Amino acid sequence: MSIPFYDGGIAGGLLSGILFGYVLEAAGFGSPRKLTGQFSLKDFAVFKVMFTAVLVTAVGLYLLRLGGVIADNAVFIPTLFFWAVAAGGILIGAGFALGGYCPGTSVVGVASGRFDAVVFVVGMIAGTTLFAYLFDPLTSFYFAAKGPDAQRLPDLLGLPEWLILAALIVIAMGGFVLGSRLERARGGPFTAKDVCAPEAGSSDETSASHPTYALKA
Amino acid sequence: MTTSPRPFWPPLVAGFALGIALLATFLITGHGLGASGFITRLAAQISEWLAPAATASNTYFGPFIKAGAPLASWITWEVIGVLIGAYVGARSAGRSSVQVERGPQTSRGQRLVYAFIGGALVGFGARLARGCTSGIGLSGGATLAVAGFVFLAGFFIAGFVVSMLARRVWQ
Repeated sequence: MSIPFYDGGIAGGLLSGILFGYVLEAAGFGSPRKLTGQFSLKDFAVFKVMFTAVLVTAVGLYLLRLGGVIADNAVFIPTLFFWAVAAGGILIGAGFALGGYCPGTSVVGVASGRFDAVVFVVGMIAGTTLFAYLFDPLTSFYFAAKGPDAQRLPDLLGLPEWLILAALIVIAMGGFVLGSRLERARGGPFTAKDVCAPEAGSSDETSASHPTYALKA
Repeated sequence: MTTSPRPFWPPLVAGFALGIALLATFLITGHGLGASGFITRLAAQISEWLAPAATASNTYFGPFIKAGAPLASWITWEVIGVLIGAYVGARSAGRSSVQVERGPQTSRGQRLVYAFIGGALVGFGARLARGCTSGIGLSGGATLAVAGFVFLAGFFIAGFVVSMLARRVWQ
């Protein structure tokens, strides 16, 4: 039996999704105020959770490859199409800052009761449909500035993978320390009490600026 | 509120758990986690219900329709799992909260308009980038793909700029 299993079945899909949804909710990622707090520098949970997860998985995949458990080309690696990927990232960052979610976290928002997340999902369906009907004129932009197939940072930079992982860990640690400092200076991060009360939006200002709030962080 | 919600997990703990979940997904399926792929299939299916001929001849949606049953896919089961996992987690921790969550200076109606516009930008952007924050940012970044880091750079830069321009929405 070889690993990965390349299993595309229902049970595996449900299992991956249940773990994903449970952890995102526990991180507070069903709340658009907590999510967008990243960009007002009041809440660094998005940066901290994402960066930690990327590094845990990246180091895990690296060690499994070193140990011969998985092959070099075992997992899917996306290929860069520079303009489309950069523009897509920009549109998703802009839509996230305005609308409060990304696709995965909007599903968590729906599951934890946010009606605004339902509207966000309807917006995504509209945006996706618009893209599909504009795809013909967009085709050359969509495929422009293609990078090498499945190119990774070690290939691009010509540096060993362990060195890149070590550098990313150092950057993450610096970001954690700086982020925690900025959060405290702005009275963050958001707690479950701040964002999970029914209709908390309208009366939130008082609790968010309450002095005990900063101490809890 | 009768009981107060249990606190969120500390970011390091949540990040570690998310990394383990993502690693497990790579080992089971050979690819990472996603979300917008489901929205694409759902949009193709809705488009097919509303305008079957136009959808079948559409360059982007057409292949999903020709392959039959666009929603019968791994990503659909994964998103159903996300709904279940998040629902169970929120319920069991007292964090379920029926509300239109918004900034203190934003009305409910304004919030829903921003949610729709933001969703539309994200839906369009995810198709351009060939994935979303989960599919290309998180999962791509975890394979150290250059595409993942280009995406994340665009995401964070635009997030900060738009957040500064639209400060009133959340603060």
